[in-house]
Amino acid sequence: MNLFFDGIAWILDSANQGGPGGWIARLGEQLAYTFGAVAIAAVIAVPLGYLVGHTGRGRDLAVSLSGGFRALPSLGLLILLGLGLGIGFRAPLLTFVILAIPPILAGAYAGFEAIDRKTIDAARALGMTELQIVGRVEVPLGLPLLIGGIRSGVLQVVATATLAAYVSGGALGVFIFEGFSTRNYAEALGASILVTVLALVLEGIFALIQRLVVPRGVVAKEPTEIRTRSSRPVAVAGLPAQEGK
Amino acid sequence: MKWLSSNWDLVWQLVFAHVALSVPPIVIGFVIAIPLGWVANRYRVSRGIILLVLGLLYTIPSIPLFIFMPLFLGTPLLSPVNVTVALTIYAVALMVRSAADGLRSVDPDILQAASAMGYSGWQRFWRVELPLAGPVLLAGLRVVSASTVSLATIGSVVGVSSLGYLFINGFQRNIPGEVITGIVATLVIAVVFDLLLVLVGRLLLPWSRRDSRVRARDVARSRTAVLTGAG
Repeated sequence: MNLFFDGIAWILDSANQGGPGGWIARLGEQLAYTFGAVAIAAVIAVPLGYLVGHTGRGRDLAVSLSGGFRALPSLGLLILLGLGLGIGFRAPLLTFVILAIPPILAGAYAGFEAIDRKTIDAARALGMTELQIVGRVEVPLGLPLLIGGIRSGVLQVVATATLAAYVSGGALGVFIFEGFSTRNYAEALGASILVTVLALVLEGIFALIQRLVVPRGVVAKEPTEIRTRSSRPVAVAGLPAQEGK
Repeated sequence: MKWLSSNWDLVWQLVFAHVALSVPPIVIGFVIAIPLGWVANRYRVSRGIILLVLGLLYTIPSIPLFIFMPLFLGTPLLSPVNVTVALTIYAVALMVRSAADGLRSVDPDILQAASAMGYSGWQRFWRVELPLAGPVLLAGLRVVSASTVSLATIGSVVGVSSLGYLFINGFQRNIPGEVITGIVATLVIAVVFDLLLVLVGRLLLPWSRRDSRVRARDVARSRTAVLTGAG
């Protein structure tokens, strides 16, 4: 555990904090990658996911796309793009956008899909146009799952952003690789602690947001199990809140 | 292609290293996750605690987790054990959720029927509950397998031999063919593992296809939950 304190000491040492090469600046780069890539990915994936979720078309393609990308090694993609685009921030950013698209896409269409069909039929019966159904029914009810998708995209990118240093893209990975090549375990450990804390903080923030966006009127209640199940159908629209919790 | 044809031996060697690195975490993770999933499913309090702790563990990025391992295990920094244990932690974190969801998807009426027929709790678990949870477990295991195979490449960043070596070496020597070979080989391993799991599922769970409509929903739901990280 002494080594752990060396890592903490590295973080607390003011010589490692300030300036363009300090960890505060590197942390900023890590965050910039994360939110930059997720924002770009969301602009692409959310409308696409909504289209798939609303029409039900291309669902299989979206499912296999989001599933298949899980096996794609991010380091390989990053390095391949690094060889193509050169060192710097472009290859990492593009890699992270590609990484963030599948979970956001999945969140967007799953959010629409989890809605009870009766709710949508009711909206249609009330005379809502398709656009109104999307905007007033599907988007609000699907929001918890969409935020869930964005949350997992953010987590994936904030973790993978550590690799950006491999193609000279900066961020906190710089210290990890430097620590490794110079056998400075305290440095690698200190940066690792920072990355982990950053990921945990972001996870906490998004878990909170996910709770807050559950629309009023959707009762977030655990289904009561065993012996007490009613033979009548469960109340409308219980699903999204349950799934997105 | 030119690079590949003159480096077959290296690629084969790394494929075996990669498989050897990724199989133990998948298997051990599955074995650990079943009892944990059972406990998580049994009591509401334990479900919350177990899923929260595993969710937090899963949040720890891979390279930092590899680097933390020597602190807890006392292993050397470059030891492959670090990567194996870290990948096992991820596998457990992903799998427990599926295990709990799978066990929850079993109709309580069936369990009561089994008890009424005289099954003890232990028999009921092995002969009724676990097989019926099978399809959801399988869906979870497929996700675990794909992500473990992909994550194992990161091990090469901390000096543990896997197909990731081709990425690093290819970058240093500026050979795109080598990097592409690494990516394709990783994907091939993931696909082969996936097909094997599906095959094993067909053999062990022959009834799951007949009953597919109801199951498909549980499976899809569990997969979505895993993908979107809903927890």
